[in-house]
Amino acid sequence: MNNLLDKIKAAKLVGRGGAGYPTAAKWEMVKKASGQTKVVICNASEGELGVFKDFHILKKFPQDVVKGMVLAMDYLGTKQAYFNFNKKYYRRIILKLDPILKRYEAKGYRFTVYEEKPSYIGGEETALLNAIEGRRIEPRLKPPYPCDAGLFGKPTLIHNVETLFNVARVAEGKFEPNRFYCLSGPKKLNRVYYLPDSWTIEQILKKTKRYPRYDFFAQIGGGASGLVINQKQMETQKMTGAGSLQVFRSTTDPRQLLLHWFEFYAKESCGKCTPCREGSFQLYELLKRNKRVPWKKMMTIVEIMGKISFCALGKSIVIPVKSYMKNVLKKRA
Amino acid sequence: MKKISIHIDGKKYQCNEGESILQIAIRNNIDIPHFCYHEDLQLDVHCRTCLVEFEGNVTTSCNLFAKPGMKVLTNSSKVKKLRDENLELLLADHKKICPKCQQGYFCRTARQMKKYRITGTKYHRDEIKAPIHKLGTAAEFDPQACISCNKCVEMCEKIGIGFLKLEGKGSKTHLGYNKDPNVDCIYCGQCTAHCPVAAVREQNHLQPVENLLKNRKGKVLIAQMAPSVRASIGEEFGLPPGKNMEGEMITALRKLGFDYVFDVNMGADITTYVEATELAERIKGNGVLPMITSCCPGWVKYAEFYHPEILPNLTRARSPQIHSGGAYKTWWAKKAGVDPKKIVIVSLMPCTSKKYEADFEKLKVNGLYPVDYVLTTRETGALLKKHYINLPTLKKGKLDLPGTYSGAAAIYGASGGVMESALRSAYHFITGKELKKVEFKEVRGMKGIKKAMVKFGNRTLHVAVAYMPKNSHILIEEIKKNPLAYDYIEMMACPGGCIGGGGQPYPNSEAIIWERIQALYKIDDKMTLRTAHQNPVVIDFFENYIAKLPKHKQEEILLTRYSRKRKFE
Repeated sequence: MNNLLDKIKAAKLVGRGGAGYPTAAKWEMVKKASGQTKVVICNASEGELGVFKDFHILKKFPQDVVKGMVLAMDYLGTKQAYFNFNKKYYRRIILKLDPILKRYEAKGYRFTVYEEKPSYIGGEETALLNAIEGRRIEPRLKPPYPCDAGLFGKPTLIHNVETLFNVARVAEGKFEPNRFYCLSGPKKLNRVYYLPDSWTIEQILKKTKRYPRYDFFAQIGGGASGLVINQKQMETQKMTGAGSLQVFRSTTDPRQLLLHWFEFYAKESCGKCTPCREGSFQLYELLKRNKRVPWKKMMTIVEIMGKISFCALGKSIVIPVKSYMKNVLKKRA
Repeated sequence: MKKISIHIDGKKYQCNEGESILQIAIRNNIDIPHFCYHEDLQLDVHCRTCLVEFEGNVTTSCNLFAKPGMKVLTNSSKVKKLRDENLELLLADHKKICPKCQQGYFCRTARQMKKYRITGTKYHRDEIKAPIHKLGTAAEFDPQACISCNKCVEMCEKIGIGFLKLEGKGSKTHLGYNKDPNVDCIYCGQCTAHCPVAAVREQNHLQPVENLLKNRKGKVLIAQMAPSVRASIGEEFGLPPGKNMEGEMITALRKLGFDYVFDVNMGADITTYVEATELAERIKGNGVLPMITSCCPGWVKYAEFYHPEILPNLTRARSPQIHSGGAYKTWWAKKAGVDPKKIVIVSLMPCTSKKYEADFEKLKVNGLYPVDYVLTTRETGALLKKHYINLPTLKKGKLDLPGTYSGAAAIYGASGGVMESALRSAYHFITGKELKKVEFKEVRGMKGIKKAMVKFGNRTLHVAVAYMPKNSHILIEEIKKNPLAYDYIEMMACPGGCIGGGGQPYPNSEAIIWERIQALYKIDDKMTLRTAHQNPVVIDFFENYIAKLPKHKQEEILLTRYSRKRKFE
């Protein structure tokens, strides 16, 4: 089986959940961890705005995703796997997925499906462990990392749907250095495209015939936590994070856009740490109350969330706000 | 562990490698604000206020572990900016609860707000519609004041109950409770002793007591202090834990305007007397064994709700404050010529469930509640401060005679103390002789379950002592398998016994509890009167008063009964 690990290394697979952690390194860590039973988890939470590729993959290629899980289980020498499923997704693909799982279950593999109430934090790997264990849905303090002590204290390998799909493709020798792009924008349909990951944002928009005729900017990698770039930057910038690409008219009202993000953060904060729990609420209130954006007050809170939030989700709020101010509004952040 | 040295704010400190910076700071009295750190509970790192600067980055100090040569700053401009703003977020609108809070402006949070110049008005927190939830008649929690530090929830889980739970998400996160009909609060109040912002607190008895002190309406006010309060009240005034403040407290209570200062310790001697007699009877007369103590209302609620099958094993003796309260309202009132209806008895207890116990109809004596009000140690501290009484500076006073107690009563507050007191007297009741050595060291100490074998003449008694429901559960399961495993068991709800009770000063940790326990045993060591049945006041009470009463009257003053309880009952 080491053969597969070498192939994964050669293909330079990285996690497609957003953080981009090298897949092979993760596998080796879980393999090395002491602990009798190991667990593989497929993370199909997809709670970020503007991201819908996991659903697309599960609908189109469920056999690949399950194959990826089985390959990981074989590598780790375990028969135990879990799905952390966005409830809405599971209900819609159950008919396709179940027969595949049944086939593997006949061979002794065990799959447990956890249906998660769709949420942003539910995709955070330690929060999803808590969710499956029936605890309060909030991130855990690391260390210990999930690869050492994850679900019920067992060494756990958690992968995003797309990563598992890639693993299966690598094993079959059909891997292409592509990724799934989720395109959305004003008055355009949300669609998923499977294109080379080396392409620039401009190339993506042009090749998919979705390059707008009006002046615009875009947010990439995630509809809430993603980076905001201007048209010029799109010539060189490549896709990051979870693969979303959202187009906005240049005439977009800054207050409306900020409000859109802050509402999401305020609604999705798990409530664990002070900066994110209270900060996201205060940001939303601040923008709601003021007709004009109170930049200074706003940035004080954004800074706190960015610097001292507990987990990466709270911290990520600085990315869209700061890049939007710098790249689009040409403001000093 | 390796000893190393680190620099905090440019000064060198010795510490163990791997200790957290916050622990080192706390030990060396360097003030770093913190709300979700407690040395006995899990590391949460979510209040994000214990910030320090390390290698140019601002980070939390409770999970920053010491390495040789480390240099951290606790008050750099970077730290200040983030910490102060974060405190504004965390304590937004906190001051709104101050007028309602019994701690008033004396609490730790108010001190910290002043120190770090936190206005608490810069932001307004989200409105949480959940009402104040009453935990029986003992404690209560205000979801609107909760800062989601989760300490009460963890403590509730640690003792083995799991009643409290955080609910909601984001800015709506607040304290709630388990809706499972098979899970109920036992009113121990550990949550109140672990809440940094008094969102979970005892139910207010301070106000009525203050009103009475101002306008007594011809009442006779009697204060009686529990064994544990004298060993911890000093902490409310900045003294180290484990200082015996009995003398100062007596003076303070007289200053406040109490007519008499008696002692719950006297009640403890009555309890020991009744309980040891019952133990001797059960052993000699083949009664239900093991006999289990019942002076902790938290434990009794646990037994009544979770293990009603064990109720026949509980001693029928009432608890010390109820015994002494009943004695003062009957025996003493008759002796002193005071109308019992005019007597108001205020107990100072380390406990919140004593408030719940004081409210029981079934304990009434001649139609009167034995105890009228129960103040926790924290409430007592607040009461003194409100009257500008600086406890440590006072001269030592003397108890009024009916408060006389033995060393056996003094140790009641420590886990194992009730057992030890009862054994000292039971030995006398069973063998007719007195013990040469009264100490039973094997039942002392901070172990969740302690077991011992005690020789009583030619008979060996098997005894066990447990604190926290988690451990009680283990013993109960053991008894169910082998009913003959023990003869006598002491059970307490709180860690370390009453001395670690839910009404004790904040912070309440195992290390602090241990210090307080030492103080109790020191009192006992110094006394010449060390057994309950030799206490002259108790002898007078039993021989000249109780013995002359008809049986049902005796029972009304000395004994209680138990019944299965439903949720919230």
